[in-house]
Amino acid sequence: MNIHEFQAKQLFEKFGVAVPKGVAVSSVAEFDTAIAQLNTAGGIMVKSQIHAGGRGKGTFTNGFKGGVKFSPTKEKAIENAQAMLGNTLVTAQTGEAGRKVQTIYFTEAANLGKRPDGRDDEYYLAILLDRATSKPVIVASTEGGMEIEHVAHANPEKIFKVHVDPAVGLQAFQARQIAFSLGFTGELFKQCVTLVTKLYQFYWEKDCAMVEVNPLLVTAEGKLLALDAKVSFDDNALFRHPDVVALRDLNEEDPKEIEASKFGLSYIALDGNIACLVNGAGLAMSTMDIIQHFGGSPANFLDVGGGATKDQVTAAFKIILGDSNVKGIMVNIFGGIMDCNVIATGIVEAVKETGLKLPLVVRLEGNNVEAGKATLAASGLTIVSGDTMADAAQKIVKLVNNK
Amino acid sequence: MSILVHEKTRILVQGITGDFGARHARLSIDYGSQVVAGVTPGKGGQTFEHNGVKVPIFNTVADAAKQTGATVSAIFVPPPFAADAILECVEADLDLAVAITEGIPVRDMIRAKRAMQGKRTRLIGPNCPGLVTPGRGDKSHGGCRIGIAPGYIHKRGKVGVVSRSGTLTYEAVWQLTCKGHGQSTCVGIGGDPVNGTSHLDVIKLFNEDPETEAIIMIGEIGGNAEVEAARWIKANCKKPVAGFIAGATAPAGRRMGHAGAVIGGAEDTAEAKIKIFRECGISVAETPSDMADALLRVWRG
Repeated sequence: MNIHEFQAKQLFEKFGVAVPKGVAVSSVAEFDTAIAQLNTAGGIMVKSQIHAGGRGKGTFTNGFKGGVKFSPTKEKAIENAQAMLGNTLVTAQTGEAGRKVQTIYFTEAANLGKRPDGRDDEYYLAILLDRATSKPVIVASTEGGMEIEHVAHANPEKIFKVHVDPAVGLQAFQARQIAFSLGFTGELFKQCVTLVTKLYQFYWEKDCAMVEVNPLLVTAEGKLLALDAKVSFDDNALFRHPDVVALRDLNEEDPKEIEASKFGLSYIALDGNIACLVNGAGLAMSTMDIIQHFGGSPANFLDVGGGATKDQVTAAFKIILGDSNVKGIMVNIFGGIMDCNVIATGIVEAVKETGLKLPLVVRLEGNNVEAGKATLAASGLTIVSGDTMADAAQKIVKLVNNK
Repeated sequence: MSILVHEKTRILVQGITGDFGARHARLSIDYGSQVVAGVTPGKGGQTFEHNGVKVPIFNTVADAAKQTGATVSAIFVPPPFAADAILECVEADLDLAVAITEGIPVRDMIRAKRAMQGKRTRLIGPNCPGLVTPGRGDKSHGGCRIGIAPGYIHKRGKVGVVSRSGTLTYEAVWQLTCKGHGQSTCVGIGGDPVNGTSHLDVIKLFNEDPETEAIIMIGEIGGNAEVEAARWIKANCKKPVAGFIAGATAPAGRRMGHAGAVIGGAEDTAEAKIKIFRECGISVAETPSDMADALLRVWRG
């Protein structure tokens, strides 16, 4: 689960991680009182709150450029915020449709410190799971404020990693290692050790999947601040964090994915035009692959799980058909223990209920498959049967591409 | 032979009184597997019955193991309690804990895996279909089925199968069986980022197993476990291997954050993994329909 920057920073503050002072609001009427709470002498940052990166370089569909704006005065801040709130921001990560900005975060603009070479004094800090070692890893870099992938590619020697032993947690010497590797001395060294320690405490206690601070900034006054904050949580651990669940913003999620999750279905929308309905994540992923392999383009990932019911199949069809790009459907079920005839009955009912007009290819295999195929054949519906995954994929691609 | 489990392996089921655990305990009994004990704290002394087979229920794993000689546990405990169930197997010194449970918090698994270091118990999973060593009877009856895989699709034979995904394993197994080729053991290691036994661990076991003549390794995008296994295969494996990687069309960044891409490096994608498979002499299945054929291109059976 992802949260907004302002929510992440509120949590940072609770854990003692320094952030610029800020106020988040969701209506124009609140702009004045929000800004009144800030020290505006150094200017105000106006920040669109959406769950996607690249906000600063994004463009609104109304033509306004920049989802994050420095504003020297209160008047300019309100003007910028008005241009953002309620409008749709398109960034490199949102896709063409963009995201509607429903919250504006005003923060005190930090007075950026400079390095001897004139660059802003920005760093990178993240904590996440390292799968190879099954341990949390703290990743730090002197090259903040840019894409970390870019740094990893161009200057891998400028990325530092410290693995934390989960049996004992983060040790003081490890926090010092990070601070040393970033080149801090004196007062900043102490601030960095504290910040890394608190940030790790937050990551561990709240079951975060990832915490990323980019940039971590040194101000002209010599203060270390988390200027941006990106936090995601382990969905499996949400049951023990009701305070985190309360931060969920459904506006940021695909309505089809929300609907799918209500039925215990796992659905992810893609750009293609051949929908698929599959049981099992691995099989669902490889069904997308095989559609592409034979020249088609998958419209979604949809895993109905191991014990799909008729209701789930019907719900899955409705969700698939909610995507107007879909021009054909491929069902791929390996009914190991699940009865293929139950699935076939579900498909027939779903087709009738939704009045499906699009080409449908069904590949059933496994338990009671003959009865399942008979049910499909006897339905009087134009359902094409595929014998193998390859056969089914080739058939649906042909049906869709010849239209 | 086979790896990890065989026809006589004595199995206990943690969570045998829950719907999920009970259902699959019954299917394992029907398959002819030796389900000898159940564990549900607070229900010790009761009996689980199916088709005339009486399975005693114990309060603790240690009691169950001691009194029935069970050496392997199938864990069907709900996610909040599953890591605890795994560690109870470790404390009881079992050979193998097979965690079927899906949705265990990552932090719980990080801690459990750390606590298992240096202990003799091996973990398979979590979030896995379990493992099957097919039997010699009709429809492979009489084998050892631990977990949720359909027993009947298997056939006793010479191919070892290892995969993260359940249904994709069944797909490979069924292709083999339909072409007349049986399996020595099929292991689903699970799809979670923190798991017990890796692809490489299983490949090493298959390499040493005299019954296993050839191997199918099925992987996915994310992490570097398949790459690690492929490189070991190139240097050490004596047996022909076919491989498949799912997720060539999966959108980037849906599961992993940006910093994750740094840790995983460029070997995370399906394309990169397939390339490395080829470099390591693994016969690559172009599509999931091609898994058995990919093996038969390098192994005559």
